[in-house]
Amino acid sequence: MDRPFGLLAELTYRCPLSCAYCSNPLNLADYSDELTTAEWQRVLAEARQLGVLQCHLSGGEPLLRRDLVEIVKSAGELGLYTNLVTSAIGLSRRRAEELRAAGLDHVQISVQAGEPVVSDRIAGMRSFERKIEAAQVVKELGWPLTVNVVLHRQNIDTIADILRLAEQLAADRVELANTQYYGWALRNRDTLLPSEAQLRRAEVVVRAARKRLAGRMDLIYVLPDYYSRYPKPCMGGWGKRQLTVAPNGDTLPCPAAHAIPLPRASVREDSLERIWTSSPLFQRFRGTDWMPDPCRSCDRREIDFGGCRCQAFQLTGDAARTDPVCHLSPDHAIVAETVRAANEGTGPRVGVLVPRPHRG
Amino acid sequence: MNTSVPSSGRPQLARHVRLAFDRTRERHVLLQPESVVVLNATGADVLGLCDGQRTVAEIVEELRGRYNRVVENEVRHFLDRLVAKRCVEISDG
Repeated sequence: MDRPFGLLAELTYRCPLSCAYCSNPLNLADYSDELTTAEWQRVLAEARQLGVLQCHLSGGEPLLRRDLVEIVKSAGELGLYTNLVTSAIGLSRRRAEELRAAGLDHVQISVQAGEPVVSDRIAGMRSFERKIEAAQVVKELGWPLTVNVVLHRQNIDTIADILRLAEQLAADRVELANTQYYGWALRNRDTLLPSEAQLRRAEVVVRAARKRLAGRMDLIYVLPDYYSRYPKPCMGGWGKRQLTVAPNGDTLPCPAAHAIPLPRASVREDSLERIWTSSPLFQRFRGTDWMPDPCRSCDRREIDFGGCRCQAFQLTGDAARTDPVCHLSPDHAIVAETVRAANEGTGPRVGVLVPRPHRG
Repeated sequence: MNTSVPSSGRPQLARHVRLAFDRTRERHVLLQPESVVVLNATGADVLGLCDGQRTVAEIVEELRGRYNRVVENEVRHFLDRLVAKRCVEISDG
């Protein structure tokens, strides 16, 4: 059996922002009984034992955990490479210095657009200026900086501004990832999915920027899978390279696997190793034996692993079906119809985004 | 990206990259923000010598003391690939 490389530690689902593209689950209140500091420290130690080398501290907003510095310190002492995935709200100079001293390796700051008005509107609060200040502190303290922007219909046309901003901030990496439709994002999908014309324009900007920034900045651009012929290799395979621990200790092969109807696995009830090696949740879609056709006989079954089980479940009600994003899927019409609707008319789409609440 | 490491270049790990030994896998690994590179023993030896002081030629010389057969082109090719991944930076000799 493969050993995991990465742990996504979702420390809390509380968040000061209320982005409508959030992939956190809709039932946020069910996650308010958060793991304690000691429980997280146990999880980290067990994760390292299991083979994990990278720990992504995420959420919600991980800075809302008062014990973040302690958690970072423990992860570092275990030899984990630590990556803080943050909105930067709450990343004061003092907090940043403490995290630096605790050994945090890398900081990834999200912004919601390339300029303050749109960014603050999407975030649901005045936050842009604070993010910029925090990003400057991150660079000043000598961390590598990743600027992360989740793209969608309402900000993808500002992609040139976003890249200019990342350049001004001297970011080492910029990650422009189109929205993945889980949780709140799925609820808001029809208002968030960009049109094909928007994607084509974005791609021209990205291609030119890659050339201009070569050697200075890594530019990662992720297309929306709804527009791809084949699905994404979700998590590099189910229970193969990554695992997620949710704020309440639920342990998942993919951060969107909450809803899949299999017995839940929790670090509060079991060791991480037993969950990884023998829980039904992790075993169910490991390898290729579970696959139905067209995946079973497809050359790409070891490349994309049939796509995302959670997306298949969300869109078809059956997690064992081919990801409907794949053009070979018998359920592809579900995705094709959504894409068709996103390309109707040329004007801006009218739609009301449902903001995710700050807490459950 | 097209890169080619000169013999006189002085390679070192990029600032955001860490070289570590993973006891679970018993392999050296390169850790970066979004990925892990698992190294073989030779790769780990090469990177252990990339301190920003030694030139590629000096690294090859040093490896010749440890291995029977060291091909400079192979070392350069290995470093080229890591430069392209932004794991390694080269300062000019």
